Amino acid sequence: MSFDNAYQALAAADDGESRWAFGTGFDDPLSGVDTSLPEGVDGAALGAYCLMLGDDALIAAQRLTELVTRAPELEDELALANIALDLLGQARLLLSRAGQVDATGRDEDQLACFRDEREFRNVRLVELPTGHFGQTIARLLVFSAWRLALLRRLAESRDPVLAAIAAKGVNEVTYHRDYAAQWLVRLGDGTELSHERAQHGLDEVWPLVGELFDTHAVERALPGTAVPAAELREEFDEVIAQVCAAAALAVPQASPRARVGGRGGRDGVHTEHLGYLLAEMQSLARAHPEATW
Amino acid sequence: MVTTTGPGLARAREVAEHVTDPELPVLTLADLGVLREVELSGETVIVSITPTYSGCPALREMRADVENRLRAAGFADVEVRTVLDPPWSTDWITAEGRRKLAEYGIAPPGSAPQRAPGPVPLTLQAPPTRVDCPRCGSPETEEVSRFGATACKALRRCRSCREPFEHIKEI
Repeated sequence: MSFDNAYQALAAADDGESRWAFGTGFDDPLSGVDTSLPEGVDGAALGAYCLMLGDDALIAAQRLTELVTRAPELEDELALANIALDLLGQARLLLSRAGQVDATGRDEDQLACFRDEREFRNVRLVELPTGHFGQTIARLLVFSAWRLALLRRLAESRDPVLAAIAAKGVNEVTYHRDYAAQWLVRLGDGTELSHERAQHGLDEVWPLVGELFDTHAVERALPGTAVPAAELREEFDEVIAQVCAAAALAVPQASPRARVGGRGGRDGVHTEHLGYLLAEMQSLARAHPEATW
Repeated sequence: MVTTTGPGLARAREVAEHVTDPELPVLTLADLGVLREVELSGETVIVSITPTYSGCPALREMRADVENRLRAAGFADVEVRTVLDPPWSTDWITAEGRRKLAEYGIAPPGSAPQRAPGPVPLTLQAPPTRVDCPRCGSPETEEVSRFGATACKALRRCRSCREPFEHIKEI
């Protein structure tokens, strides 16, 4: 196959055997999936719900990716990059689903790269700065313990696409949670410094744990399709108690971080950290809106 | 009309089955258990494939490869569908696929964990699993890292021949 210039050749998505690298010319990850809306399910609400869960995964993945080339050890760099890739995959599927059902016709790239901070629906927990390794691990444990409890229930959703995405995610988030839990035990039950860092990590993240369990109006509007967040608390608390007991760490008692006029991450009101994260994540796509990669 | 037998279909299936995994070129999509179905609807060949991991970047390549190979084999209309449900499991890697993996130097997976209904139990200490060294056959091997160069592989080391090797982890 011949091209007028090298850039054209690099960007060609379907030139068969001669592709220069994997992952160019991404297409819709839900391509060919039966995407019809189940009867009686409100498309706008389902879209908003998929956006929430997709944004959680996207922002969490972006934070983890920041550790690539600067993780404490090569093995953990691989682990964190792999976990980020799983979450990015979940985000791609969920954002694609959101764009299909909310009648706006936006694709995953438009949703990820061309929305402003106030339009993001992720919980504030995932946007916290990376911090030290104890903070990364504590945040990953909290996030994956909560998300696993959520995805396991969501695998029974009335929306078959959401159910399938969730069922696939259960297998992945199970080992994300185990990875974080095993590290927290090693740190908590390790040296004086590692114990202190692990406890600090948990204490720092804790004020944003409460938000994970606030049932949102969108969840109430989707009975049988969405999972009310409040239902996840018991399972989450048990897992955290089990890990903390093994790690000789105290379960923090801090009260939840205040909302702004009753609104939090799910309503587009975020911490000051999200804007910086988005600026980095979106700058390339916004500078070159017609680019293919 | 969708048909699942016939000479045209048999050829299409033959072609689709022999498309290889871009990351593990010794394995075909059939060996890997990623190829779910090949059907013929009128003149259109419909191929259903399933992603291994949610974020697996090779899926897009597989889709394109299937399409290109079928076109090259004379099938003008090709549709590649993604199937998400039920989720892919390493149990779907065929016996032939396992043999090829070991020959290539990658330890094949054991049985995937069976999950009981209810909360997923926490694993604070990975249970000892027997993985034989693909080079010397020794069962004396240890895990170096649960995560490797791709989402599906863990890194191990053989205590007998001292060589490091990769292992497809059970999922």
